[in-house]
Amino acid sequence: MGIDRRKFIKASGLAALGLVSAAPVRLFGQHDSNMVDTTTPASPPSDGKPLVGNRWAMIVDLKKCLHEEGCTDCVAACHLTHNVPKFDNPKDEIKWIWKEGFHGAFHELGHKHLEEHILHSHVPVMCNHCDSPPCVKVCPTQATWKREQDGIVMMDWHRCIGCRYCMAACPYGSRSFNWRDPRPHIDKIDPNFPTRERGVVEKCTFCDERLAVGKLPSCVEACKAKALVFGDLEDAESEVRALLAEHYTIRRKPGLGTNPEIYYIV
Amino acid sequence: MIEKALYGDKKYWGWLILLGAVIGVGTFFYLRQFSEGLGITGLSRDVTWGFYIAQFTFLVGVAASAVMVVLPYYLHNYKAFGKITILGEFLAIGSVTMCMLFIFVDMGQPFRILNVFLHPSPSSPMFWDTIALSGYLGINALVAAVTLSAERKAVAPPKWIKPIIILSIPWAVSIHTVTAFLYAGLVARPFWMTAVLAPRFLASAFAAGPALLILLCLLLKKLTKFDVGKEPIEKLAVITTYAMCINVFLVLMELFTGLYSDIPEHVSHFQYMFMGIGEHTFLMPWMWASIILAVFSLVMLLVPKLRRNHTVLAVASVAVFMSLWIDKGMGLIITGFVPNPMGAVVEYSPTMPEVMITLGVYAVGALLVTVLYKIALGVRRQLLDH
Repeated sequence: MGIDRRKFIKASGLAALGLVSAAPVRLFGQHDSNMVDTTTPASPPSDGKPLVGNRWAMIVDLKKCLHEEGCTDCVAACHLTHNVPKFDNPKDEIKWIWKEGFHGAFHELGHKHLEEHILHSHVPVMCNHCDSPPCVKVCPTQATWKREQDGIVMMDWHRCIGCRYCMAACPYGSRSFNWRDPRPHIDKIDPNFPTRERGVVEKCTFCDERLAVGKLPSCVEACKAKALVFGDLEDAESEVRALLAEHYTIRRKPGLGTNPEIYYIV
Repeated sequence: MIEKALYGDKKYWGWLILLGAVIGVGTFFYLRQFSEGLGITGLSRDVTWGFYIAQFTFLVGVAASAVMVVLPYYLHNYKAFGKITILGEFLAIGSVTMCMLFIFVDMGQPFRILNVFLHPSPSSPMFWDTIALSGYLGINALVAAVTLSAERKAVAPPKWIKPIIILSIPWAVSIHTVTAFLYAGLVARPFWMTAVLAPRFLASAFAAGPALLILLCLLLKKLTKFDVGKEPIEKLAVITTYAMCINVFLVLMELFTGLYSDIPEHVSHFQYMFMGIGEHTFLMPWMWASIILAVFSLVMLLVPKLRRNHTVLAVASVAVFMSLWIDKGMGLIITGFVPNPMGAVVEYSPTMPEVMITLGVYAVGALLVTVLYKIALGVRRQLLDH
């Protein structure tokens, strides 16, 4: 979308001011500032300088990923950090990162005579932070948007009306909806990260709140096999660029033109 | 004018009380959904839209079909439709209201619905659909009120209303086109990504809407002394016949493109719909029923002698309506999500609370249409009495 988000918000904020003069302070207070504010811990560690990148991307090295041992450290770490609830009924399930069978993750790439270790692998999948995210295009309230400075697809839980159009539009099944109140289903609430309420959509945000204080995404940090590599795609010196230059990598559903920024080394 | 709705016999009040009771039950279950969340529906991470959105999609068509009486009457000066135009417009008002209610009950955060206007997003078809639907409701309410009050005073409607009536014709087409665009542009859902979706929506709408209008006219004749006459009913029957033929033709186009190309991502949806995948066969009996009803109705409608018999016509109209309701209200939306983008089959079927809330919304629509028809017929009768 060619519209400058901040300008657009200012314009719609002004329009809204005219419409509902009762609530201008809240409107501006919430959206004129950078949205990172709502998810940043109250007092960030003073030593952490924010990680800055122009285009964040992740590389998943499936050769290193310990799928055969059923390792789910990345999933556990992410879900713990972000107060992701656990539901017994798969219908109500919420997941930011999870392991999908190779056939599910690369739906059109699999064939039955694939190398054994690939055929039976379980691929970590999450929001792809697409360059051209279909979810952003369809959202009727701009509750989800692509951050200009680094391409992260963000989500504003306070503005989401719960129409789930973004879920219908996402070709990767990366978005979850709070069908029920999530709070009673969180094992241990981490006060440093907000919990959600029922009726809103949520998903992986590349740990924007951790980047802001100089930390890597929690899945990357938790991976003992170092199979997940995070970095700036526009920095020619970065590790992600080196890996991309060295290895043949694949992406999920490249034919759709969404340009996912999660790359897989097979 | 509104006071006309306050005088009725026992049957009228009995019907209203029955509808009120259904609305009450629906409201009870909605309050439950409101406090517990959409978790009480059959919807899931994989099938995120279901019964509510499907009803909305179907009823947009019923609303749009008012154009099938407005256009011949106002554009071609087809006088025989004079008596039923207002019925078509009031049916549209009832249908659009139901559409809006179905969207409302589907929202995870219903109190934030104004965000659609506070933070408008022109790239989202949902934004345009909101505008199209509310505009159409406004146009129809205005046109119906102005023309009916002119009729009551036995004067010609004011000149300024004519352009608005003409505007209602493309607007009706737009509401169903934009609704089709909600689905047809999604890269994630190959089942919906077809250029024929909007034309198919319109064809099915122009069959289902007039079929319902025929049934309502026949019902009014039976229950009240109001008789629209033979000619308009037969014309509506012809419109239904043509539209149903075009609809079936377009469905066959979809089947050819999907099945002959044999692209797995396209075929799998049709397979789920008509054959089921593994033990997942929830939709299969419904879809076959829809096909049988469509063929059955076409046989009756295509033979002029049968079509002119009002009993046969009533049966055919019920068959058309049911066939298309199953197609849109059950099949279209759910199948778009099954199998999911990972190729997994996660089934959906509506839960009891979901069905009750749906019935409640339909009851609101029926109540609205009943009261509006009561007013229209009251005005007509008053003219006859004088």
